[in-house]
Amino acid sequence: MKVLQPDNLAEALRLLVEPDGTPVPIAGGTDLCVHWPARDLDNTRFLDLSRVAGLSRLTLTHNALEIGARTTYWDLICAADAAKAFPLLAQAARLVGAIQIQTRGTWAGNIANGSPAADGVLAMMVYGASVVLQSVRETREVPLDEFFTGYKQSVRRPDELIVAIRVPRRAYTFEWLAKVGARRAQAISKVGVAMTRSENGWRVAANSVAPHVCRCRTLEAALNAGRTFTSPQEVRSLLSADVAAITDLRSTAEYRERVLSRLIFYRLAELDKPSGHV
Amino acid sequence: MTDLDLSFTLNGKPVRLHVRPDARLLDVLRYDCGCTGTKEGCGEGECGACTVLLDGLPVNSCLVPAFQVAGRSVETVEAVAPEVTGPLNRTGTAQCGACSPGIVVMTRWLREHPEVLQDATLRQFMSGNLCRCTGYDSVISGVASVLDPKETAGGEGTSA
Repeated sequence: MKVLQPDNLAEALRLLVEPDGTPVPIAGGTDLCVHWPARDLDNTRFLDLSRVAGLSRLTLTHNALEIGARTTYWDLICAADAAKAFPLLAQAARLVGAIQIQTRGTWAGNIANGSPAADGVLAMMVYGASVVLQSVRETREVPLDEFFTGYKQSVRRPDELIVAIRVPRRAYTFEWLAKVGARRAQAISKVGVAMTRSENGWRVAANSVAPHVCRCRTLEAALNAGRTFTSPQEVRSLLSADVAAITDLRSTAEYRERVLSRLIFYRLAELDKPSGHV
Repeated sequence: MTDLDLSFTLNGKPVRLHVRPDARLLDVLRYDCGCTGTKEGCGEGECGACTVLLDGLPVNSCLVPAFQVAGRSVETVEAVAPEVTGPLNRTGTAQCGACSPGIVVMTRWLREHPEVLQDATLRQFMSGNLCRCTGYDSVISGVASVLDPKETAGGEGTSA
């Protein structure tokens, strides 16, 4: 095992194009260290981001929230303005794991790890976040909903580092996130869903029901067209075009799709009640 | 693998060690520093038995690579004052004791940062410290009695 410990971003990016092979960036370690004893002892190379200056920022401007590459869930919870401006980010930060995870886990790591169950990704996706990727050659910005290409696969090239996440500020008339796990804390999602509505329309994202966290565009289109639902089954029929749940150690495909459609149906049904205006 | 030359502050005192480059903070504390109060439970960030304070924030030391600890401050259960542990001994917070070091460290942190409880409940903050003996009510009532000694500690509403 070898650890590379740059103290500035330029050096970190240079190390990503070293001829010895691409190292694995490590920030909070809450994903990578889970399987620490089982890793390849001799050949793994880590690019430690913990000493790189300037990566922990959390900047809220009139137009956007910018989250640094090493900014943690706890950083956001403690930033009252950012947490108030993006309540689903604050909610996801508390749901992703207990305080010991919140203080170490990073938003960028949640994206880079590529888990289909990522709670932070769910919240960032319904806020229209984009991922800023930088390499020695260029900097580019990719919409988060176009970032993943498959299970733990993404458009990030080996020489690129996620250096920031940009979340645009919009006026929302509806913001909602729900997570179902084996318990209410410190559990990996069996199924999760987030929804927002702005002047740009509805955004719906779900986790643990596809190879990666995904937008539910068929359902979004129906909601944007003003469609209403009379049963969870109607929601599920639409979702079948958007999700592809599987059965694994945490849950079954049937449970996931059934619960996802019921969560959405009953939350939307609340909006139709006299007090539940959108 | 060449050794890692590691200097950090442990419970207020500087330490300098040579450790395996792949050591976890948990390993360094237990095997290199002799701070065996910190326990390994699950070893994968679920149970909180290995909770320590890193630069003043609670972390699972099983998920912290030692190479990220250089130059930083670590505080373990060994540095917790008796006024924190005393009430826990009288409230049935510990039964088998495996989870207790993590719970003691969390109790100390919450005692020093009461402001964090304005936005989340005690149960939420203790949700990363698993206990398979007590059923949690005596953990919560014990921690509550440390945080507010005047209050007769009762369990809080929602379960985590």
